[in-house]
Amino acid sequence: MQTSFTNRKLVLEQKEMNIWERMYLPAIVKGLAITISHFFRKPATIRYPEQKRTVSEAYRGLHILKRDEIGAERCTACGLCALACPAEAITMEAAERKPGEENLYREEKYASKYEINMLRCIFCGFCEEACPKAAIFLEEDFAVANYTRDTFIYGKDRLVEKPKQGTKAFDIVKVGRERELN
Amino acid sequence: METLINFLPSIIIIFTMFVVTLLIALYSTYGERKVAAFLQDRIGPNRAGPWGLLQPFADGVKMFTKEEIIPDSANKFLFILGPSIAMICCLMTSVVLPWGGELTLFGKTFYLQAVDLNIGVLYVFAVVSVSVYGIMIGGWASNNKWSLMGAIRGSSQIISYELSMGLSIIALVLMTGSLSFRDIVNQQHGGILHWNFLMQPLSFLIFLICAFAECNRSPFDLPECETELVGGFHTEYSSMKLGFYLFSEYINMFISSAVISALFFGGFNFPGMDWLLETTHSTNIVTMVGVGAYFMKIFFFIFFFMWVRWTIPRFRYDQLMNLGWKTLIPLALVNLAVMAIIEMFKHQHAFGF
Repeated sequence: MQTSFTNRKLVLEQKEMNIWERMYLPAIVKGLAITISHFFRKPATIRYPEQKRTVSEAYRGLHILKRDEIGAERCTACGLCALACPAEAITMEAAERKPGEENLYREEKYASKYEINMLRCIFCGFCEEACPKAAIFLEEDFAVANYTRDTFIYGKDRLVEKPKQGTKAFDIVKVGRERELN
Repeated sequence: METLINFLPSIIIIFTMFVVTLLIALYSTYGERKVAAFLQDRIGPNRAGPWGLLQPFADGVKMFTKEEIIPDSANKFLFILGPSIAMICCLMTSVVLPWGGELTLFGKTFYLQAVDLNIGVLYVFAVVSVSVYGIMIGGWASNNKWSLMGAIRGSSQIISYELSMGLSIIALVLMTGSLSFRDIVNQQHGGILHWNFLMQPLSFLIFLICAFAECNRSPFDLPECETELVGGFHTEYSSMKLGFYLFSEYINMFISSAVISALFFGGFNFPGMDWLLETTHSTNIVTMVGVGAYFMKIFFFIFFFMWVRWTIPRFRYDQLMNLGWKTLIPLALVNLAVMAIIEMFKHQHAFGF
């Protein structure tokens, strides 16, 4: 017989079962006790659409373009996020702020078009790191689901943070919406 | 006219029990999922209605609206006959079970039992034996080797376990001296100490194990063992014919629980029965509480069936046969012999000692 090279060989000892063990019933009762103890345990389920799992603060979900304290968009369309993006998912077009838009855009230059292709995005968070204006963040939402591919290109309408009530941007956006509707 | 009035209570009870049986079977499917979920730290169905209470109806509608497929190579007549037999047999059993004691309504006293057959226990066994044909015919008519194997397994399993089941009951019948369910239940009147599971623990154990095997419930669910036989005897079945098979399993479970409760757990007897009769002086109240007690026992056993299903893994086929033939039958025979000797000493005068 070959000796063990590793010295880790274990000989499995199989004892003959005694009469108590061969009756199976004590083992079955033990098993029943284990399962019934789970019956009264709190279920681990999270009822998803109503309840959501709490994620860590560093979680990288869908992007959001932040506004500042007065509600103006922080993004200046510098393009560093697009440059940093390894998946090349971000495109943008810059525009100059006109007089009277100070409450909408923080600096003289802003992104008139800002698009992220969510099918290309790998949610690495490099855009967040690259941003010098603390404008783009990856937040908790994650469920991206739709029926057609073109809906996965998120424009400013879905990326920019909703203005807070009480800021001037809130009123401007509201007026703009109403004008569009009329 | 006179005979019709005499039969009226029986007919009402039969129809009520028909509906109740179907309802309980319907909600057993829901109960099974909930119990399974709770035992596995989940919450189970909760979308259809509050707490998922409408789930069984959703399942029923789904079953009915599914396409009904009869395989080309199947024997059409037998293919339909299989689930029909399974369904009819399991619904027939409830006739002889005593659901409660005496009830006095409109100046008439009647017993909450459809028919008091003096061979009630035998009747149950006969009907259960016929229900093997449901599985056998269904599996054979599908013309599919998995179905056939499932059917063979099912029939041999049920036939093997019927033996020890019968033997365990004979020991009980020796003690009670009657095959009528009403007599057996009435003899257990007067507290838990008079219930048969204390008098006949071994009989009870054997009967319980065999009941699991007869219902094709885990750990004896080899006829429909998914990992080996696709779906067992109902592989080829779809739509409501499959529904009938699944439904009959749940009805069988309900009926088995009812039989176990009646034979071994005092049926509609409950502790404090005489006290309640003395304080209320109304047999009707006692009877209604008794019906409640009986159903509590039945529900406990249905729960027990589910509890065991999610605890014990399936037996291997040779283990199943070994347990049936080499353990349970000898055990039942010994039990029977001991009981016979005890009964002989009890009734010495009849033997002329």
